Amino acid sequence: MIAPEFFYAAVIVMIGAFLALLRVFFGPSVPDRVVGVDTLNTLIVAGMVLLGAAYDRTIYIDIAIVYALLSYVGTLAIAKYLQGGLR
Amino acid sequence: MSAVTYVIYAFLGINIIFNLLGSLSLHRFPDVYTRLHGATKCTTFGTIFAVLAVVVHAAYQLHLTGDPKYLQMALHSLVALVALLLTNPTGAHAIAKAAHLSGYKPAKAVIDAYEEKLRGGEE
Repeated sequence: MIAPEFFYAAVIVMIGAFLALLRVFFGPSVPDRVVGVDTLNTLIVAGMVLLGAAYDRTIYIDIAIVYALLSYVGTLAIAKYLQGGLR
Repeated sequence: MSAVTYVIYAFLGINIIFNLLGSLSLHRFPDVYTRLHGATKCTTFGTIFAVLAVVVHAAYQLHLTGDPKYLQMALHSLVALVALLLTNPTGAHAIAKAAHLSGYKPAKAVIDAYEEKLRGGEE
């Protein structure tokens, strides 16, 4: 572990991601769960960039780029499905 | 401890505060739209500062060691930041529009301008 401050920041960001995961589990309606998943994706990208700096590996940051773009496509697909079918 | 270390600590502190407030706002707001507002805005701002802390760290290491690996780390972090900044508000807009069109009304709202616009378009 090169830089411990990035590691502890990533741990605290993952605590926030756990709070967002509670909203995904206990959300009363479907859009609540989608909002929870969207927040979880953003926090996971932040945590992955921080872990890439903590362990001194650039490949984690590349995976964060791909994860951000793919989660955007997933969010758009769920939103399209919510507003009346995939047409 | 140099001055760059304090800058990194300040950016990481802003990141932690705003990301925790964003995920906490999912539990403190009454309906979908206010939750989306708090969560998206706060987590986007916090993630900007996480990436800025990584960029400052990588630039300082590049200045110290001259290893081109750190230049790669800084540039790829900036690409991740641009991807997040382009996709996050667009996804939030799509979720809000889909939630309204699928019948979830805002709690305690007096005026719903989007509903009036939809009705005016149909008539």
